[in-house]
Amino acid sequence: MAVPILHKRKLIPGRVSELVLEAPQIAAKAEPGNFIILRLADDGERIPLTIADTDAAKGTITLVYLVVGKSTAHLETFEAGDTILDVCGPLGRPTHIEPVGTVLCVGGGTGIAAMHHIAKGHQLAGNHVVSVIGARSEDLLLFEKELTAISAEVLVATDDGSRGHKGLVTEVLEQRIQQGIEAGESIGEIVAVGPVPMMRAVAELTRPYGIKTTVSLNSIMVDGIGMCGSCRVTVGDAVRFACVDGPEFDAHQVDFEEMMRRQCTFSEQEKLSYDHFCRKCHD
Amino acid sequence: MTKKKSKILPRRSMPMQDPAARVGNFNEVANGYSLELAQEEARRCLQCKTPTCQDGCPVEVDCKRFIRELAEGQVEQAFRTIKETNSLPAVCGRVCPQENQCEGRCKLRPTGQPVAIGRLERYVADAFYAGTACEATVGREDCPMIREDLRVAAIGSGPASLTLAGYLAAQGVKVEVFEALHLPGGVLSYGIPEFRLPKSIVRTEVETLKEQGVEFHMNWVGGKTMTVGDLFDQGFKAVFLGLGAGLPRFMKLPGENLIGVFSANEYLTRVNLMGGYRFPDYDTPVFPGRKVTVIGGGNVAMDAARTALRLGAEEVRIVYRRTQEEMPARLEELEHALEEGVQLEILACPVAFQGDEGGRLTSMRVQKMCLGEPDESGRCRPMPVEDEAYDLETDLAIIAVGSGPNQILLNATPNLGLNSRGYIEVDQETLETNMPMVFAGGDIVTGAATVVEAMGAGRQAGKEISRRLLKQG
Repeated sequence: MAVPILHKRKLIPGRVSELVLEAPQIAAKAEPGNFIILRLADDGERIPLTIADTDAAKGTITLVYLVVGKSTAHLETFEAGDTILDVCGPLGRPTHIEPVGTVLCVGGGTGIAAMHHIAKGHQLAGNHVVSVIGARSEDLLLFEKELTAISAEVLVATDDGSRGHKGLVTEVLEQRIQQGIEAGESIGEIVAVGPVPMMRAVAELTRPYGIKTTVSLNSIMVDGIGMCGSCRVTVGDAVRFACVDGPEFDAHQVDFEEMMRRQCTFSEQEKLSYDHFCRKCHD
Repeated sequence: MTKKKSKILPRRSMPMQDPAARVGNFNEVANGYSLELAQEEARRCLQCKTPTCQDGCPVEVDCKRFIRELAEGQVEQAFRTIKETNSLPAVCGRVCPQENQCEGRCKLRPTGQPVAIGRLERYVADAFYAGTACEATVGREDCPMIREDLRVAAIGSGPASLTLAGYLAAQGVKVEVFEALHLPGGVLSYGIPEFRLPKSIVRTEVETLKEQGVEFHMNWVGGKTMTVGDLFDQGFKAVFLGLGAGLPRFMKLPGENLIGVFSANEYLTRVNLMGGYRFPDYDTPVFPGRKVTVIGGGNVAMDAARTALRLGAEEVRIVYRRTQEEMPARLEELEHALEEGVQLEILACPVAFQGDEGGRLTSMRVQKMCLGEPDESGRCRPMPVEDEAYDLETDLAIIAVGSGPNQILLNATPNLGLNSRGYIEVDQETLETNMPMVFAGGDIVTGAATVVEAMGAGRQAGKEISRRLLKQG
């Protein structure tokens, strides 16, 4: 269905934006962890974006994207009032949410927005939500206000120390885990959404503690409905499709090495496509 | 002295693009008959007193009648005859395995030169599509009134659902088709390449259905955007599940996730549905292969191999564990592939994919096979030849070894009865599932089969649904 953009907010000008779309059918069904696939033009590709928030009453869904290539650069030219040609969803399995006590929700980069929807779900289920977010610097931090509204605690790390802890998000996470253990707190689950190296670092960090850890994978997808296997990942002994079996998996079972390699399958073509788009823009 | 002509002329061949030229483009390979050729071919028909060709057709086209009408120059009438039972003649004329169906039952078959029924059907459909949409769809000029109170939902927009929609619309029943992808047609859009079935033909077939009152909803995922229960809540009186068999099967071999190993579904979807052969004007890239291997012996394998050639591969090999004889592909597709330069590596079974440090595919380990005793499918069982394995250099491997049922709607509909293979169980007569007024047909019931068999199921379910609704109504 063609979907109108109701609002656009530039979170980091030129790099990250938030769109609120009028998509009542999707909003009615979407749960934390779900994503959509969108397409901007008849010659466009299908790109998956995680749903950052929904409002079933208003019939809206919220998306946050980072401009990384041709399609997101094209999307960045869209404004409120414009219409997106195709939006398909909600896709993927929703996050498994149950009352487990404390849940640490880790987000990096635009992954913070995707993590927000999951954190909100845990908060609604009565869990003690601790949001742990990181970015290179303060001006690149997303969704801090939204997360503050739904989290019992928000912990921040920036590479340059312009806000919160100076260093990596995993360092803050480790401190918080230690602190919890010393206080006898029951940490039921850790959720991490962000760049693959961050998710892998979180998985390695939590493994020795034996705490259930979930990551949301953003593998390359085409249809997003289980028809092609482009997004396949090795999880334990099995090959799973991120689009229909995921996108969330047990972080301790994911073969991140393989996943990172597969992410590069089309890197040459992606660059070519972006250059082609830029040339067309300048014509 | 003139030599006495044999009574029956040889089968007219269809003009084709030259193999050397066509591997450089995605235009349709077969150009189709001219009226003259079509009529010459139609006149070869014996007009048997008791024809058998029709029995070979899953949608029961009255071949004898339409061929006679064509021979007499009544192209419009011939089209109506076909349309009485077949909603998608331009598609069937191109993709049906006629050698196993109508032409396989033709009385001229023993001569090796059956009437080219498929090509004639194609000619009639193509020639007619200049007509008005109403005529084109129902085979008559006046469209019946659509009964908005009798709404039927079809999930999936492949050949089964399109046929069902055409049948029901002709009876005046309102059909709404829900498709998960952004274009209608199912396998006709994402699977079958442009050079075999131009997408403009699929668009025409869909447009004529729209003119006839059928509504299409794109980007609706059955089981996600709406469930079967939601549809009944919204007032639909019956639901047809034409979901296809879209789940690609992998082989569970070492190295299968290396960069350069693709399912045929992915490779073909990127090219066909997404227009990847026009990259970068179209956004979706296709992985470039220099030495391509395609695993499998069916139509999908042929499509993938021929697509790879057109995208500039230096060498394309089809790796198949039996021999050419056992390949399930439509005869014409195999012939076309060979003409175009596709090579066959028969009696060969991949056992591993091998790559470099960067995780890119470099070769495939292949086990030499021989044929043993026939198995339950009646084909000889391939057996490994001991100590005979070798490496094939390849940088793009495409796996075309079949497909399974997509799980999304099945998972969302836990009450739906499935068979032991995971496909939907239906009553053979009515195609009704164990859920009342929920019907299913096509690959989601039978497993991967042909377009026209799915159409046969769409027609069968359409008959049953209209019988029940119109009796009620």
